[in-house]
Amino acid sequence: MSATKQQTLFQPAKPVTVSQLTGLLRTSIESQFSDLWLEGEVSNLRMPGSGHVYCTLKDEFSQIRAVLFRSSALRLKFTLQEGMCIIVRGRLTVYELRGEYQIVMDSIEPKGVGALQLAFEQLKARLSAEGLFDEAKKTPLPPFPQRIGIVTSPTGAAIKDMLSVLYRRWPTLRVIVVPVPVQGEGAAQQIAKAVAWLNEEDLVDVMIVGRGGGSLEDLWSFNEEVLVRAVAASRVPVVSAVGHEIDVTLTDFAADRRAATPSAAAETVVPVLAEVVERLRVLTVRMTQTMGRHCLFEQRRLEAQMGKLTEMRLRIRQEWQRTQQAVDRLKTVTCNRVAASRDVVRDRQRELAGLNPVFVVKRGIAMITFLMQRLERQVMVLSDGRRRRMAAIAAQLGHLSPLAILGRGYSIVSRVRDGVILRSADDVQPDEEILARLSQGQLHCSVKRALPDPLL
Amino acid sequence: MGGVKFEQAMARLEAIVGELEKGDLPLDESLKIFEEGIRLSKSCLKILEDAERKVEVLVQDRNGKKRLHAFSPDEEMEDPSSESSG
Repeated sequence: MSATKQQTLFQPAKPVTVSQLTGLLRTSIESQFSDLWLEGEVSNLRMPGSGHVYCTLKDEFSQIRAVLFRSSALRLKFTLQEGMCIIVRGRLTVYELRGEYQIVMDSIEPKGVGALQLAFEQLKARLSAEGLFDEAKKTPLPPFPQRIGIVTSPTGAAIKDMLSVLYRRWPTLRVIVVPVPVQGEGAAQQIAKAVAWLNEEDLVDVMIVGRGGGSLEDLWSFNEEVLVRAVAASRVPVVSAVGHEIDVTLTDFAADRRAATPSAAAETVVPVLAEVVERLRVLTVRMTQTMGRHCLFEQRRLEAQMGKLTEMRLRIRQEWQRTQQAVDRLKTVTCNRVAASRDVVRDRQRELAGLNPVFVVKRGIAMITFLMQRLERQVMVLSDGRRRRMAAIAAQLGHLSPLAILGRGYSIVSRVRDGVILRSADDVQPDEEILARLSQGQLHCSVKRALPDPLL
Repeated sequence: MGGVKFEQAMARLEAIVGELEKGDLPLDESLKIFEEGIRLSKSCLKILEDAERKVEVLVQDRNGKKRLHAFSPDEEMEDPSSESSG
């Protein structure tokens, strides 16, 4: 602004209008402050629907209005926040309607860290809060994948490295490459789409998503939300392989496994075929050997049992022989006994035959006849003698009979009261009744008097 | 889908070997799983032998239809937007 121009304004007769002054100020400010770097703290941040961003930048003592137009806002990787210290590149302008000067920000860097770094941290915090990086969401890699998907640039060294490692480890793989741009505008969208394709088509068991090394900006696509979400959502396990060991992207966090480099990813994904074949062989050998040992063990056991069985058979044979001998002895003894018994029986039979009632009766009958004859003879002998003796005895008896005595004139006197035969006159009392038995009849008498013996 | 089959077969084979080596099984059951193990071992080998090397590229043609074709890393790719990743 020249001094002459200022002097032309100082004319009391010709004052300038507000618009003229504001226009002059605007021209002056815009030409003097057309490109500058400004450091300040964000406050009074507003983001209306227009897409423009408004705020105030301040330090301890002063403040200035600031605006970020939509086109510049879209290019901003990170999100402006209240209280954030930023370094702004821009130009000053005057908003004539209000007579306010402000800074139009073209680009913004967060103070202390790079814009990308901040954007990275911000998105990481947001997606992490959503649970996109949760360990629990990670799918284990298949141990023996046969179909490998590779989402990367088809022309870089990365794809060559990966294919070379894959085929060195497992020569009979099926690999499906989905060619994508791996940096620049729209790369993230295309990589995300490729990840989605491989899921939709069910073409692979596992996929590698990545690229070779590059600057932070080169690798930036792998920090973009669209790709990070696609990787997190993938049903097919994803191994990320972005840049080198030191490069960590949000895609790495979302992947099921992070590999330091594309080559490392290829190693992570497939085992070495030769080792698998060897493992298979070892398993088979172990199985066969174990089975063999088991069979041998069982065979030995069987043999042991057979040995026992043979022993048992021998014992049985011995026992059988002993039994046979015992039976033989028993037979002999029994036979002897039977023979002896038979003799006894024969004797007894003989004895019994002697006792047969028929013989006994027959003998008896013979005896009877014999005895009868003897009896008859005896009876004949006896009856003659007896008749003679009987006559003699009868004659004797006749002499002794009281009846014969009575016949000679004697009587027998007895007491009536008791029938006692009287032998003495003293045996009765006077008036006592007596009975006198005579040779012919009896006399019932009464005693007059007892007299002494007349012979005396 | 040889991968899943192979994986299951290997897992089963490992389990069988472990079971046999534990030695708890009676002979007839051991023989049964042993035969299964031998079958698995053979089918695993067959899967490995039958697999053939193949590299394909999945691309979308002008009609938006996806198709696979053989890949050669030296071949010029049709995708003009792709940039070298160094």
